[in-house]
Amino acid sequence: MSQRHPVLTMTAISKIFPGVRALNGVDFRLFPGEVHALMGENGAGKSTLIKVLTGVYSTDAGTITLDGQQVSFAGPMQATAAGVSTVYQEVNLLPNLSVAENIFIGREPRRLGSVNWREMRRRAKELLARIDLHIDVTELLGSYSLAVQQMVAIARAVDVNARVLILDEPTSSLDADEVAQLMRIMRQLRDDGIAIVFVTHFLDQVYGIADRITVLRNGRLVGEYPTAELPQIALVEKMIGKELDALERLDSETDRDRAAIAAGEPFVAADGLGRTGSVAPFSLTIHAGEVVGLAGLLGSGRTEVARLFFGADRADQGRLAVDGAPATIRNPVAAIDRGVAFCSENRRTEGLVGELSVRENIILAMQAARGWLRPVPRRKQDELVERYIKALSIRPANPDMPVRNLSGGNQQKVLLARWLITEPRLLILDEPTRGIDIGAKTEIQRLVAQLSDGGMAVLFISAELEEVLRLSHKVVVMRDRRLVAQLDNDDTLDADRVMRAIASGAEQEGLEKV
Amino acid sequence: MSTARTRLAGVTGHRLFWPLVVLVVLLAANTVYRPSFLSVELKNGHLYGSLIDILRLSAPLILVALGMSLVIATGGIDLSVGSVAAVCGAIACLYISEQPDQNSLGGVLTAVAIAFGIALLLGAWNGILVAGIGIQPIIATLILMVAGRGLAQLVTSGQIITINSEPYKTIGVGHLLTLPFAIIIALAVTLVVALLTRRTALGMIIEAVGGNAEASRLAGVRSRRITFLVYVVSAACAAVAGFMMTANVSSADGNAVGLWVELDAILAVVIGGTSLVGGRFYLSGTIVGALIIQTLTTSVYAMNIDPQTALLFKAVVVIAVCLIQAPAFRARFRRRQAPGVPPAAPVEKQKEQVPA
Repeated sequence: MSQRHPVLTMTAISKIFPGVRALNGVDFRLFPGEVHALMGENGAGKSTLIKVLTGVYSTDAGTITLDGQQVSFAGPMQATAAGVSTVYQEVNLLPNLSVAENIFIGREPRRLGSVNWREMRRRAKELLARIDLHIDVTELLGSYSLAVQQMVAIARAVDVNARVLILDEPTSSLDADEVAQLMRIMRQLRDDGIAIVFVTHFLDQVYGIADRITVLRNGRLVGEYPTAELPQIALVEKMIGKELDALERLDSETDRDRAAIAAGEPFVAADGLGRTGSVAPFSLTIHAGEVVGLAGLLGSGRTEVARLFFGADRADQGRLAVDGAPATIRNPVAAIDRGVAFCSENRRTEGLVGELSVRENIILAMQAARGWLRPVPRRKQDELVERYIKALSIRPANPDMPVRNLSGGNQQKVLLARWLITEPRLLILDEPTRGIDIGAKTEIQRLVAQLSDGGMAVLFISAELEEVLRLSHKVVVMRDRRLVAQLDNDDTLDADRVMRAIASGAEQEGLEKV
Repeated sequence: MSTARTRLAGVTGHRLFWPLVVLVVLLAANTVYRPSFLSVELKNGHLYGSLIDILRLSAPLILVALGMSLVIATGGIDLSVGSVAAVCGAIACLYISEQPDQNSLGGVLTAVAIAFGIALLLGAWNGILVAGIGIQPIIATLILMVAGRGLAQLVTSGQIITINSEPYKTIGVGHLLTLPFAIIIALAVTLVVALLTRRTALGMIIEAVGGNAEASRLAGVRSRRITFLVYVVSAACAAVAGFMMTANVSSADGNAVGLWVELDAILAVVIGGTSLVGGRFYLSGTIVGALIIQTLTTSVYAMNIDPQTALLFKAVVVIAVCLIQAPAFRARFRRRQAPGVPPAAPVEKQKEQVPA
């Protein structure tokens, strides 16, 4: 393959956003007739690279050549015209139009100025037949499954003479059969000589189809590797980074007697809990005073597990027990009643009400639990809010400032304060330290340790293994939407072992029955 | 110097500043046109004057707009308020007209109670459509907006019901403590709504739901109940407005009562500074907004503006108010003045004033 000329070369690409260097001298090569996986964790720069390539963003430095010609697209339309097509994770077609209309929108076959519907239907059918998709093209697109919609999007993309096809997480909402169908189409297109950039979080799919892998981390190129020469463990290491080994653990956090914690009755116990299309059935117990770390790559199902415990999503399989008694948690209200609290990773969309003040955001959950008829007395509000602003050092220390004016770290602390004043028995923290400065990060880590010392159960989700290892008594590993390992955090557990579990999907020693 | 400037900016930056300026300008224009405009006199223990008239006439709009504020704060809208007012006014008038003694206080109270109960049912209907079934508010309430007119027609059998009931008439044109009774009712309802939202946690919860529905759900807010409740409150406010409008003329016309009042109410809410996408709401702003609209309507008549241009005139003023209200529009002018006014202080003040 390497003796051929690349169809696309990106050289020394840099892109700077205010305050962030999203891409830093990244190179990327793509050959005709290959599936090339673009891998990286959150903030690695994958989507920025794709957006630079398709002209959504301009570059700050670097060159892009397509077929030996230097190009610079002013927008996705130009890129498509030049043969670079993109299919996004969220199918960006129109579900309220027919399949044929979706394929030809903006370039309808015409006759005497009016749309030639018959010709459009014929060509749409032909095009879909090429990828072995036989459906009624006059039906509304929205009446078909997501997988079919995805394939229609791909058909549309390749019909405009695409030589480069970018698939941005096309499989994240598909089931196994649909993924297999999509893979078959990808192979077929590859054999036709199309170069495919495949962005996904599913390692199995990468190893199932990709010819080569490019890994990005923190906006830099880590390297480009033939898939066959890059073991999964090495890939995970390259994505997450190795520097964490050097870090010391916090003093005493994990030294507490794990046996004593595990001996008691668990606070919550999930038995085969799952939700179709979200996370495969899993079993997991969390004891009072225990910190359970959830590790895994982005999109591996970590958040989905948390949402089931909190009732943010409804489980459709399995059972849940709280304090040993069977419990149904259909919605957040039910979860909160039982002492479960959930700090979402999406602070802005699922956590805070930006327009309301710090005070109002802090008391919201407590107030909601009491009902609107029994307002939290103003004096008590002041006392609680003041205490937590001080305890978590929220800055600025102004309870009446709209919370959207606060920095990310302070917003996170406001969200934490909201749940802490409800005195939960299980605190679920989804990426509580992402995107906040190092000082706030340590504060939050210390707080988690203190809370569990005080008997609170904590489910701690983080992409940073170092953090998970520091804080957790037990590390639960997720991969491809299933729970693959539960590891006791004893002296023998280190980042390597966790990474191996993430990479291989199982860990022999310490693997409890799942 | 700088503190004086800051204080000035604090005043001009206040949410109510520009709506109040518009109101004052409107009143001033009227005074220029007719110098006696501002005079208020006491006759037979009752206050009379143009200002009092404006207050009295704006009472129904204030009522409807109060309910509308809460609905809009949740991110919804209630188009059915005019029809609800018509239905309730018609039911009350029908019941009174069938009484042997139309002047019996008991009969009037029963009529009002029955009609008010119907209003709660109508509000519950809206609430079920929006919060229970999940229909978009504009469509859900459009149903009752259309059907309500028909219902009012059914109640009145397509006729205009005329009554001759002193107690009922009092709601619209009576006096209490020198003030028109309508003003007192509007004040009382304002007080009730303000207490309901700001002395309980209802106001904050409404703002949380309107500001970020998903975050509120994940904080354990039962947002459906809240949404249901605001439509019931809105219908209740509309019903009282309906009593007032029918009492004003001692008759109920299913076609005319409360016609287009929903649009004026939405306008009043927006002028008052509440965003149509939901979130923070300002009852004091809504009331100023309603007063502006009523002053405008009165001015158009008082100044003998050609009826053919009256609606256009109204539209121009409304556009002006909305532009002045828009922070983006004002910012162009403010940039030339002293920069760097900390916004936190005035924002806080606004909030404190809401219960008033």
